[in-house]
Amino acid sequence: MIRRLLPNPFARLRRAGVLGMNARNASYIMATNPRSRFPLVDDKRRTKHLAEAAGIAVPRLLGGIDSHHELRALHEVVGPIEAGFALKPAHGSSGNGILVIRDRVGPYYRMTNGRLASRDELEHHAANILSGMHSLGGLPDAAMIEERVCFDDRFDDVSGGGVPDIRTVVYRGVPIMAMMRLPTHASDGKANLHHGAVGLGIDLASGRSISAVHHDRPVDEHPDSLAPLLGRAIPGWERLLELSARCYDLCGLGYLGVDVVLDRDRGPLVLELNARPGLSVQLATGAGLAPRLQAIDAADALPEAAADRAEFARERFAAADAPVPVDEPAPISVMGRAANADRCA
Amino acid sequence: MRTLHTVILAAMLAAIGLGVAAWKHVSFGFPLTPDPETAVWTVEARARLQADGGPMRVEIPVPDQLHGYKIIEEDFISATFGAVPDDSGETRRVVWTARAPGSAPVLYYRMQLAESGERGDPPQSPAPTYPDPPEYDESLGAAITSLLEEVRQKSADVGSFARQLVLHYARNETDDRIQLLEGRTDSAHEHVEQLAYVLADARIPARTVWTLELAEGLRNGRLEPWLQVYTGARWRVIDPVTGDMGLPHDRLLWAVDDGAGVRVYGGELEGWQIAATRTQRDVLTVASQRAAEAGSRVVDLSLISLPVQSQQLFRLLLVLPVGALIVVLMRNVVGVQTFGTFMPVLIAFAFRETQLWLGMALFCATVALALVIRFYLERLRLLLVPRLAAVLTVIVALMAVISVASHHLGVDRALSVGLFPIIVLAMTVERMSVVWEESGPADALKQGVGSLIVAVMAYGVMTRPWLQHVMFIYPEMLLVVFALALLFGRYTGYRLFELWRFRSVLRQDPSR
Repeated sequence: MIRRLLPNPFARLRRAGVLGMNARNASYIMATNPRSRFPLVDDKRRTKHLAEAAGIAVPRLLGGIDSHHELRALHEVVGPIEAGFALKPAHGSSGNGILVIRDRVGPYYRMTNGRLASRDELEHHAANILSGMHSLGGLPDAAMIEERVCFDDRFDDVSGGGVPDIRTVVYRGVPIMAMMRLPTHASDGKANLHHGAVGLGIDLASGRSISAVHHDRPVDEHPDSLAPLLGRAIPGWERLLELSARCYDLCGLGYLGVDVVLDRDRGPLVLELNARPGLSVQLATGAGLAPRLQAIDAADALPEAAADRAEFARERFAAADAPVPVDEPAPISVMGRAANADRCA
Repeated sequence: MRTLHTVILAAMLAAIGLGVAAWKHVSFGFPLTPDPETAVWTVEARARLQADGGPMRVEIPVPDQLHGYKIIEEDFISATFGAVPDDSGETRRVVWTARAPGSAPVLYYRMQLAESGERGDPPQSPAPTYPDPPEYDESLGAAITSLLEEVRQKSADVGSFARQLVLHYARNETDDRIQLLEGRTDSAHEHVEQLAYVLADARIPARTVWTLELAEGLRNGRLEPWLQVYTGARWRVIDPVTGDMGLPHDRLLWAVDDGAGVRVYGGELEGWQIAATRTQRDVLTVASQRAAEAGSRVVDLSLISLPVQSQQLFRLLLVLPVGALIVVLMRNVVGVQTFGTFMPVLIAFAFRETQLWLGMALFCATVALALVIRFYLERLRLLLVPRLAAVLTVIVALMAVISVASHHLGVDRALSVGLFPIIVLAMTVERMSVVWEESGPADALKQGVGSLIVAVMAYGVMTRPWLQHVMFIYPEMLLVVFALALLFGRYTGYRLFELWRFRSVLRQDPSR
């Protein structure tokens, strides 16, 4: 009753169905994500093993470094890798501390943004990872060396020198919202909206982009390449959605973020799982999570099989206005961006 | 369900905390505000004696239960005498004894009185037996009888009867009967005794009581005889000069009847005086003494019983949860980002020692400098932990430089930077460096400013003298803080900053 008498400053957020941080933590993460399962997703190596055992495609693990004295061996591990690799913390969060090496130029390693790194720099980066600089809670960590993903070249014009990924929020096994994160020059190749990446809202039914935001503002074009962002189709969307739904069976987390990259040759690969997925997916799609979460909780019975859950999601959470498909635009060369085209050559 | 559980638990805890605090406040007068003072009277009776040479025994009357005052401390001071209170008679007496008292001993009885706010009649003696009318000689008997007849016509009950009698004495000095009666008395004591004697003719029990008028700076105070009349239900005090009923607030009932005298065996009383002074005393001290006199363990079991140093520690420690509550409020309800969870409380604590402005200046200066150093050290490609150690070293050196420089400039304030602020600043710089490396300068600055703002707020709240006082005197208020923390723990509503964060979603909201 008091609620009705007092003006509620949050009424508009509630009407829009926005899920707030407190509600996410208390009502979803704490209620449906058992603590004991967090290590499964916090340690990317464990996630990888679980996924591989379940037959879910992941970027291959090429090696790892667990302690400082193994740093010297780094070059023996990565030296022979021809196709490029990614050096990342095993317990990293929100894309921090990931170094992607495209190839070698003499004694140097070339990063995807074209900069050259010496052996020293590479070792320093690995040492920082081991010291726990990028890990959750600053605990000492391990570094892992992963096969570099050759991103599907249909997105070269919007990849901003990094690797775009697709984040799907999966609630109790049902995908409820998805966005694609496109790195920009400003985000320094990081696929993190907070750092200036572009968020692309994806219609769950069609797998096409229906909205785009950059720095909290709706945009139509990629800020670097000016390539159009809306109406773009994600190849193999149905498979990707099913893959996301299967990740629930893998880790048993009720409120889950699944990050997928599209490999040119291998298709969708699960990059990592997240037990505390952020709320910025609401910004990218311009829609609130709350009504969808409530719809799942209100459903009489959820389908058993992952494929059916994905189907359920495509039926229930289709965008109100169907996205207009556009023809894939030809890559536009801006500021030497076209160089990306041969990234995986 | 969980929310209901939490709310009920929180309500119970808060009720217990507030209840205990209210009980302590009402029963013992523990103060709600810091440093209020209450008037405390120090009354000292001094007996100067002349010894015969042998063993000596002295009995001095002292007040027992006081009306409107509480005795919070009593001392018997003497170089050679031992003192034992004797409560057996109507008047309490202190019995002093000494085998070899010295030639001119002086005995002191000292008590401290706090106002207790009681009103009404003084503590009651047992009911007396009704006196038989005394035998008068004829002329006196006729005078008294006619006087009493007149008084009886003007009065309604025993109280007003006695009062009218006193007024008659005062008003009709030319009256032959009064002159006859007054002629037979030559002291205030005899006057009161005569009043009691006359009242006995009307079969009204009356007696002399000895009172002391409290006055600031009283030196050679003496006990004054007042009249006390038994009205059939209780003893009532009457001013023998004005006829006013009841004991005025500034008067103490010291002794009853002939109990007022000092009895000396084995020596002579040279004189005895009473002195009184009024001082302002801390209410807290008085309340503790009252609780102790009442036999309550409240004080023993509270923080006030700790050594002073520990008390100071707890005065600080107990406001810490309140600061944490501010952080919870700012983070979960407003949505400010801070370094770590409770780093702002620690920063606020550091500000306590440095003063706010100096603390903020130090905070900004060291953070900025540490970041500059960090950029330089980054070029050297140092490992993370040694790099943080290097930054810490620089901060300590910086503090030393600031202290020495300010000392030579004559600004001694900065010197007061203690160990704690240095550690807190170093930790902040470390956190900031890590955030800077992990999430970039924008986040680091945002969290830095957020931490500073929350720290200033927490400082503002935690340094309220009122809050420190309440938390220290009523540590049970921690239960209330605990209850609030529980309630915040079940807050699933939006954060204020989310209005800003999700504004683009709101812009697209068609139902607007």
